[in-house]
Amino acid sequence: MKPQLVPFGDSALLIKFGDEIDLSINQRVHNLDALLRAREIPGVVETVPAYASLLVYYDPLILSFDQIVGRVKTEMESVEENISRKPRRIEVPVRYGGDDDLQFVAAHHRISPREVVRIHASRDYTVYMMGFTPGFAYMGKLDDVIATPRLETPRVRVDAGSVGIAGAQTGIYPIASPGGWRIIGRTSLRLFDLTADSPFLFSPGDLVRFIVESIDA
Amino acid sequence: MLEVLDVSGLATIQDSGRTGWRKFGVPSSGPMDWFAFQAANLLVGNSSSAAAIEIGAGEIELTATQDCVIAATGAGFSLSVYVWDFPLWDSCFVRAGWKIHVKKSSAGMWGYLSIAGGFDVPKILGSHSTYLRGNFGGVDGRLLQAGDVLKIGIPSRPLMELSARSLAEDARLNYSENPIVDVILVPQKNRFDEKNIEMFLSSEYKINYSSDRMGYRLEGTRLNHIGGADLTSEGMAMGAIQVPADGQPIAMMADCATAGGYPKIASIISTNLPLLAQCVPGKDSVRFRETTTEAAQENYRALIQKMKNGIVESKED
Repeated sequence: MKPQLVPFGDSALLIKFGDEIDLSINQRVHNLDALLRAREIPGVVETVPAYASLLVYYDPLILSFDQIVGRVKTEMESVEENISRKPRRIEVPVRYGGDDDLQFVAAHHRISPREVVRIHASRDYTVYMMGFTPGFAYMGKLDDVIATPRLETPRVRVDAGSVGIAGAQTGIYPIASPGGWRIIGRTSLRLFDLTADSPFLFSPGDLVRFIVESIDA
Repeated sequence: MLEVLDVSGLATIQDSGRTGWRKFGVPSSGPMDWFAFQAANLLVGNSSSAAAIEIGAGEIELTATQDCVIAATGAGFSLSVYVWDFPLWDSCFVRAGWKIHVKKSSAGMWGYLSIAGGFDVPKILGSHSTYLRGNFGGVDGRLLQAGDVLKIGIPSRPLMELSARSLAEDARLNYSENPIVDVILVPQKNRFDEKNIEMFLSSEYKINYSSDRMGYRLEGTRLNHIGGADLTSEGMAMGAIQVPADGQPIAMMADCATAGGYPKIASIISTNLPLLAQCVPGKDSVRFRETTTEAAQENYRALIQKMKNGIVESKED
């Protein structure tokens, strides 16, 4: 699909690459995001990559809608040649199992909990986008063999560090919050630390690999 | 310093907002009514982004421990200093020991109290703004409370030059209890048929009482989607009007989430966002009118210019 550029109010531009959660579409979002950030265009306030779209906030005192569209189109023509983006790789040690949903996921797919863990930790996941709570990373794509629907009724509290599955996505809760993802393990890594120089462990577009620290199943 | 003696309602420290962190899921926060906020700062000689106190539907009483210059703006508030009443949209000198009282008095929702030099609270992720749900920013990430002591930054000019300035009446916004709010019909207007867009633009929507700094829930004519209410999540901005499955629109406000998965029918233009923000939940109502991005940006540039030109220096009397 040819990207669509549409106004999102008078201070933001939405660039749509598609309508679905798809790794190759998402890569195009991150490639354009990296390029636009590298260009440091005066008047661009910030960019927010999502699954299939990039939202560009700009200052209408500096750039008109036509100007930002013109500038983004020019950059988009060069984006395919300019894929110098090297995603960061981040390893996340996980203690799988315990009293949460690992057994459920295994039973749901008629495989053993150890097999669920092996599959979950056997590939790199892309951080499609972040949101929900500060530092929450939506990652994929999960092997269909372990993709599992969300809980019917979300839990009132999911602890920080809980590693979950929702459909073909996986993610980690950065702070304790309500949540409907199937929890299969925990990490002791801090995803969100306001006092650190880099407050967030992940950035959109990163590659994440889960490392099996232990399995309690 | 200013010491908080008494406070009620939603009083927080806000600056112009947190930028650069939305991609990590951190909302921008910042003022609900950017116009009143910026004007309050300009009146006391601050940059338009300096930290000020935002008061939502309540009151705050403070005492000054040093000489200072303050200004109060917003809709529906009154200001008294020591034994005198002062109008909003005016800066005034406060002597050490005097009390400042900003109080809800009539229709309107948000008031701003600025101080020459700005409030000097720690920056979190580059901003002084309080994000209540995240428990960070402002004063310990929470509402102001009695006993808080707020440090003051360095004023841009001698205090006497900054007091008794006012924003000309014709440079102010016309706040109303039932404003007409201009919108740009995007980005998912194709998820609504013409009849539903027409209904959205011709009905009156009441601000539901359960509205807050995250969003204003609008109750009125139910809107129906084409192809359901689910959308692959995309970035979100203040002013966007999204329509969840129940067909009742929600206008995204200062603390809104950074992404959302409901179709958006329209987006409120910058110059009209304060008009919606100042509507009282559970009481006031709005109507929407279509405009273009070009006109919206033109209005925005003109309004900022008018505000800057509208600051009238002290009249000798």
